[in-house]
Amino acid sequence: MSLFDWFADRRKDQYVGKVTQEQDEGDGLWSKCPECSQVVYRKDLIANASVCSHCGYHNRIDSTERIALIADAGSFIAINGELEPTDPLGFKDRRAYADRLRETQAKTGLRDAVITGMCRVDNLPMALAVMDFRFMGGSMGSVVGERITRLVERATDERVPLLIVCASGGARMQEGMLSLMQMAKISGALERHREQGLLYMPLLTHPTTGGVTASFAMLGDLILAEPKALIGFAGRRVIEQTLREKLPDNFQTAEYLQEHGFVDTIVPRTQLKTTLASLLRLHGSRPVEVVG
Amino acid sequence: MARRHLLEFEKPLVELEQQIEQIRDLARSSEVDVSQQLLQLETLAARRREEIFSSLTPAQKIQVARHPHRPSTLDYIQMFCDEWVELHGDRRGSDDQALVGGVGRIGQRSVLLIGHQKGRDTKENVARNFGMATPGGYRKAMRLMDHADRFGLPILSFIDTPGAYAGLLAEEQGQGEAIAVNLREMFRLRVPVIATVIGEGGSGGALGIGVADRLLMFQHSVYTVASPEACASILWRDAAKAPEAAAALRITGPDLRSLGVVDEVLPEPAGGNNWAPLQAGEVLKEAIERHLGELESLSSKELRDQRYRKFRAMGRVLTAGTTENDLAV
Ligand SMILES: [Zn+2]
Repeated sequence: MSLFDWFADRRKDQYVGKVTQEQDEGDGLWSKCPECSQVVYRKDLIANASVCSHCGYHNRIDSTERIALIADAGSFIAINGELEPTDPLGFKDRRAYADRLRETQAKTGLRDAVITGMCRVDNLPMALAVMDFRFMGGSMGSVVGERITRLVERATDERVPLLIVCASGGARMQEGMLSLMQMAKISGALERHREQGLLYMPLLTHPTTGGVTASFAMLGDLILAEPKALIGFAGRRVIEQTLREKLPDNFQTAEYLQEHGFVDTIVPRTQLKTTLASLLRLHGSRPVEVVG
Repeated sequence: MARRHLLEFEKPLVELEQQIEQIRDLARSSEVDVSQQLLQLETLAARRREEIFSSLTPAQKIQVARHPHRPSTLDYIQMFCDEWVELHGDRRGSDDQALVGGVGRIGQRSVLLIGHQKGRDTKENVARNFGMATPGGYRKAMRLMDHADRFGLPILSFIDTPGAYAGLLAEEQGQGEAIAVNLREMFRLRVPVIATVIGEGGSGGALGIGVADRLLMFQHSVYTVASPEACASILWRDAAKAPEAAAALRITGPDLRSLGVVDEVLPEPAGGNNWAPLQAGEVLKEAIERHLGELESLSSKELRDQRYRKFRAMGRVLTAGTTENDLAV
């Protein structure tokens, strides 16, 4: 399925709205920056990768927009999209997990919190996974684990580099220990990819926390991050409770992680594609012959 | 006065134990023969204990798993090993006391042993950070596992932690990265790895030494994706719902056995392993030696492939053609 078909498919699912529109002011033509309050033309904002041209604030974007920013037009082919979440524990908190799933699926038009597929970046082949925070906070359950693992295995088989765009609150509690085990499963697949001498880059976007940070987000040969993204293992509140003191202002930001040696480079979204293409070429990627 | 640390739900036993104690005192200070009464009361107490422990709720199992006198990693090592040398440090500037390790001998085998270490009282727990390891702890564990890989020593890992330490320094030193690297590198190990949840397995902090060929778990141990307290405050918006969360999360050995996460659930005596530590040691030693025997017949490639397949199979998804019923637990 090409990205175009995939868009079309989602329209059939009555998919409504992009996240950026939630910050809508007035008639929908204009958008107010949540950071600097500058009002800009929505069209201009989207043309600028949803980054405020005034202050550089990176608005959250969904998986579809992200794929469009990274992959060459028409090159993204989704795989394993048919995998669906189930409710292995019969989990119910204030509401049943099964109901939450159905509702989130209807609202987002997504089956689960990650989209995976093969694509080209500046005509260089790459396997791509993009997590979508709108789907239950990008939480990692069995489907997220299975889709990413299958993608990593495919990248290993086809000997292509891999990019995983992370955006997640961590493991999905509603699937219990099966969610925790996805951390190990994906890490095992990444070990095989690595053993073949292939390049893996996670891109850490806002927010990347918990079990995702303690697995594939931190296993990149090169670790990329978006400006000001929140990245951490434990939640800020938990740490404040243990510490009983105030944490630094930039605590757990991409900049803070880079300062402490855990992020290779912070890439503004407007430069994402050129940076990716450049890194791919520098690590030996060769352009593919385009057929048709 | 009860002689031991009693848990909330053990309170029905208190009166009985007090009576038993009184009769013993009487026997010591006089010539009266009380053996009949003593036997009767002890049988009754044993039956009560049996009843209580055969129907523990998940929330009660957590209490047993966290019992201050439940055998710890170093207790098992002491019970198992005639020879044992503790090894310190991550070679990066720290030696975490919450995650210990070393080389030892079990029967005829030289092995590497690692595990989370809790304390028995407040003072020890402060020194051991309540069994919550820092990034340095996970890096020490990985250094020791690499050492085992180099010298062909099977690895025995003991899991007993509320979770990886959450703190400013832990974030600065890369708690996420430290655990992540262990998850990946443990798939590379060419020696058998057996992990046992001896107490509580708290989330990523447990998994950080838990990528194993066999995962064993004691009957009253628990293994959780998130602490029921945290889960309750996030999903129920009420930390007091922790017992409900504990039940919903399916954290006990039998639950995890049926989900395909755990390979074997090891029995405990009524009263839990704190009641009979030596017996717990025997049970675990027998299981470890049996599994090691099986794993030793595999080549290092077979071991690694099998370990990969084991984790590869974890999770439940619907594919085109499967229905919810096909996946029923
Ligand atoms: Zn702005």
